[in-house]
Amino acid sequence: MELESVKLIAAALALLPLLGIGIGLGMIFASYNNAVGRNPSSAEILDKKFFLTFALTEALAIFALVISLVILFG
Amino acid sequence: MADPIHQFAITPITSEPLIVGGVDISFTNSALWMVIAVVVATSFFSLALQRKSLVPGRMQATAEMFYGFIANMIRENIGKKGQSYFPFIFTLFMVVLLGNLLGMIPGSFTYTSHIAVTGALALVVFFICTIIGFVKHGMKFFTFFCPANVPIFLWPLIIPIEVLSYLIRPITLSVRLFANMMAGHLILKVFAGFTVGLLGLGGIGFAIGMLPMLFNAVLVAFEILIALLHAYVFTVLSCTYLKDSIDLH
Repeated sequence: MELESVKLIAAALALLPLLGIGIGLGMIFASYNNAVGRNPSSAEILDKKFFLTFALTEALAIFALVISLVILFG
Repeated sequence: MADPIHQFAITPITSEPLIVGGVDISFTNSALWMVIAVVVATSFFSLALQRKSLVPGRMQATAEMFYGFIANMIRENIGKKGQSYFPFIFTLFMVVLLGNLLGMIPGSFTYTSHIAVTGALALVVFFICTIIGFVKHGMKFFTFFCPANVPIFLWPLIIPIEVLSYLIRPITLSVRLFANMMAGHLILKVFAGFTVGLLGLGGIGFAIGMLPMLFNAVLVAFEILIALLHAYVFTVLSCTYLKDSIDLH
């Protein structure tokens, strides 16, 4: 295979972590909505934790994107 | 048409680069926006706190909101001992927040979208935490890498993991912020590029070109959320790192 096509395949493979991150983000949203639905007064406590965990999980997806871009253009 | 990466280019604002002793020290757009952030922050707080009253006005209430937000964050994450680090955490928060938010102004430059800037900030946090740890605990700081009550036969496994996770902190802290900012602005410009491309088609393209533009409006709102969120995340994580070196495990 040529180097160029291998690069494209590698960049695509580097995005595979999105599978797990999507599931993880879904679980975070689901459990947050579950908790707030059951006990609406807990929203104030959970909001900050929710945003923190959301940002930390989402950042992993961005890491994968950066690695993919580095493979493509680096 | 300018490519989406073009917005991240660092260029001197003067026409000629200023080179002294073989080092390029010209005043760049990145430095310009950092100066603007400093001017905005200092002028805002000095204006808001010019006339201090018991019942705060609009400006003073906003300034107090920032203060309360950071004071709360420190109380929750570090505790009583963290109060003396308030100026550091507050400055860190304002630098990242203004970097992210000023970057949302069309045509401006996002200095937090460069690993050089976020990396420097993260290294400052990392070294301050390490130095505080050594000053507070001396050589006992090394017990941080070996949690209490861990059986001896697990030490060869635990200690390398703990050391590695400590050393990787500045990398994850800086890459998280820079990558989020870069990816967000990249997506904005890519969608804006769709609209420009469709306009070239004429009448029908003009109608379809509305769609990416509307989506872009939603994305801008989302990006402002991300800008606030990642300033918060950066400071909360700095707080947790500080707490680790103040209280050990």
